[in-house]
Amino acid sequence: MHPVIQGVLTIVIGVGGCVGYFYFSNMILDKVIFPARETRPNRTIGLPVVFGLPTLALVLGYAGPLVLQALAGEASMISAVFAVAVTAMLAYYLLKFALWAFPVDTVSPGDNINRANKVRPWLFLFPAMFALGLYLAYPVVGSFWRSLFDRSGANFIGFGNYMDLFAGSSFRTAVFNNLMWVLVVPAMATFFGLLVAQLTDRLKWGNIAKSLIFMPMAISFVGASLIWKFVYSANPDIGIINATRDFFGMAPVDPVQIPFWNNFFLMFILVWIQTGFAMVILSAALRGIPEETIEAAIIDGANPFQVFFSIKVPQIMGTIVVVWTTITILVLKVFDIVYTMTGGNFGTHILPSYMMTYMFRDDGRATAVAFVIMILVLPVMIWNIRQANKEMR
Amino acid sequence: MDNIAGQKSGLSIVVNITVVVLVLLWLLPTIGLFVSSFRDRDQISNSGWWQAPMAVDLNFRTRADTDDEREVNGSFVIEGNVFADPALASRFPDATGRVAAFGGRAVAPGEFTVGTTAELRSGALLTVMEDGSFRLEADESFGARGPLIYFEARTPPQFTLANYNTVLRADGMDRAFINTLTVTIPATVIPILIAAFAAYALAWMDFPGRGLLIAAVVGLLVVPLQLALVPLLSLHTSIGIGQSFLGIWLAHTGFGLPLAIYLLRNYMVGLPRDIIESAKVDGATDFQIFVRIILPLSFPALASFAIFQFLWTWNDLLVAKVFLPSGAASQVMTVKIADDLLGSRGGDWGILAGAAFVSLAVPLVVFFTMQRFLVRGLLAGSVK
Repeated sequence: MHPVIQGVLTIVIGVGGCVGYFYFSNMILDKVIFPARETRPNRTIGLPVVFGLPTLALVLGYAGPLVLQALAGEASMISAVFAVAVTAMLAYYLLKFALWAFPVDTVSPGDNINRANKVRPWLFLFPAMFALGLYLAYPVVGSFWRSLFDRSGANFIGFGNYMDLFAGSSFRTAVFNNLMWVLVVPAMATFFGLLVAQLTDRLKWGNIAKSLIFMPMAISFVGASLIWKFVYSANPDIGIINATRDFFGMAPVDPVQIPFWNNFFLMFILVWIQTGFAMVILSAALRGIPEETIEAAIIDGANPFQVFFSIKVPQIMGTIVVVWTTITILVLKVFDIVYTMTGGNFGTHILPSYMMTYMFRDDGRATAVAFVIMILVLPVMIWNIRQANKEMR
Repeated sequence: MDNIAGQKSGLSIVVNITVVVLVLLWLLPTIGLFVSSFRDRDQISNSGWWQAPMAVDLNFRTRADTDDEREVNGSFVIEGNVFADPALASRFPDATGRVAAFGGRAVAPGEFTVGTTAELRSGALLTVMEDGSFRLEADESFGARGPLIYFEARTPPQFTLANYNTVLRADGMDRAFINTLTVTIPATVIPILIAAFAAYALAWMDFPGRGLLIAAVVGLLVVPLQLALVPLLSLHTSIGIGQSFLGIWLAHTGFGLPLAIYLLRNYMVGLPRDIIESAKVDGATDFQIFVRIILPLSFPALASFAIFQFLWTWNDLLVAKVFLPSGAASQVMTVKIADDLLGSRGGDWGILAGAAFVSLAVPLVVFFTMQRFLVRGLLAGSVK
């Protein structure tokens, strides 16, 4: 089947399936299982739907086949026992819930509506929770588990992959470079973003300037790398940097091959992309500063620099931190720039690009590198969750 | 407002100049590649794009035609014009031009100035005038094959669509473009619906564990994609999806959900409580409230997430490399450029620039037409 037709079909099935799922599941809940006008939940349909079908699915689709395989010697006994235990536990809770939701006695008329409303949030949440669990939560565990095995995935080697990684110099270079990226890119992007946000604040053509500086946000990392490959080219007739050097009579250099400093040339590409993001958010924050505080400072005789550093920056500190952490997280994900510009040569590997050298070749190593990235992200993650909790209170 | 914050005219000039410099720094690299994508490929490597409107000195060579050989006073002479060579007709259509320098060796094509007479290694004497007419003189006959004449000539600036033509026709970029669209559109549409329902539940429904779920979404927002690659690819393989378009749609849906739920929930929480409560009093179910009230009111947030997801899936390299097969039939543009063109045509800047702009065109159009929504979405996601 042609991919385009397949795509259209997927949209139709996906969207139709979503709408259908939400519509019919709500209808069944309100009309069939907990009919609002009745004084009793519909036990004959409710029990099989809530308890019977999921249990049957678990037995037929998960525990049953594993037990049969284990009996035939094709699967390990432990996994079969584990599957049976999980199935039994889930079935027990489902039954408990079903018996609570569908009592034999009559209940007051409002009770059915209340019960339906208690179930409904989970109907709304189910597809999202399923997808999040499968595509983001499970991989954290799955990757860690896989990283404890060797290349073939058959032999458990504990932290062997991690030991090998830390023993290798290329991995240490990648970690060191990555730490530099994490320090430099968010700092420079936030600095330039703040600078542009402040400078364009009262400029007549400020919006056009902001729009142009924001533009690299739309450009892919690959496209941006290509654009800068052109700028960095060692040929003075192509690269504007070497053209300038040529103009002053200096010999051409290849910026991406200068040891150590080449990392900074690569970092600047990401700074170039992310400055627009920082600028947009910081610019909105600057606009949100109460005018009175600035006026009071001016009346007290503060010069523009004092106004900026002593009045404005402290008031938007919270936003600056949010921008900083957001860019930090991004830095730990981007492998495209290093991959396109140098392929990790000349000592420019960072962890995400280093991981890709093992992808498809040694899954154990690849997942170990990925988990190291996860550990680096962890502090930011915890901080984010705490911030979010604080806001909700 | 212009007079506050102590704006002095001197400072204002400095501010203006600084912003101009910054904007130029941010814009020039893109303009450079854009201009280059329209330039003739020989011209790209012989003069910088900033000199694009000017004529370029390019090197050419032609072979003196021995049919024109004459014997004059005991020596053999060939006279002719370097621009008359039919092989150079595409460059000099009217067979005229201006020679800047000439030479007799490929390594030094411009070692002699025009109008002078130079002795070639074969012993022959060569004179080339500025208008291209040359005179070769030697003591012996030149034989069947005349000597090669190298020269530098000014060529007028040439702007062409040839790079785009090559990229789209011969290099399979058209196929990659379709593939990118095929990946992007379902991967943008599907997560929106799923996320909208979940965001509504998290914003407006009361149930135990709501705070925990929101915290989980915030936490998943920063889980590095790299972790998901290996376990999910093996999961896809084991359930028969393998590396395919279906697989990448599912992957993008999963990866896009945390941001979608987070953005939409932040927006929906801010909707006026009165509307929702009065609808409930009037007997509307949650499903009706969601479809009739929340969805239409949340349009700006839906649009901004759609733009994010669109740009992200369109520009993505990592997920496409892992979840799509590597053959040409399913390559998206980023993979095509990074793996194919940069590898095999690393030096061909015309092709690379053309390919880059084919892949940048759609995001840039989306960006400039929908910037409003994009900014709003960014602010909803970050500013507290």
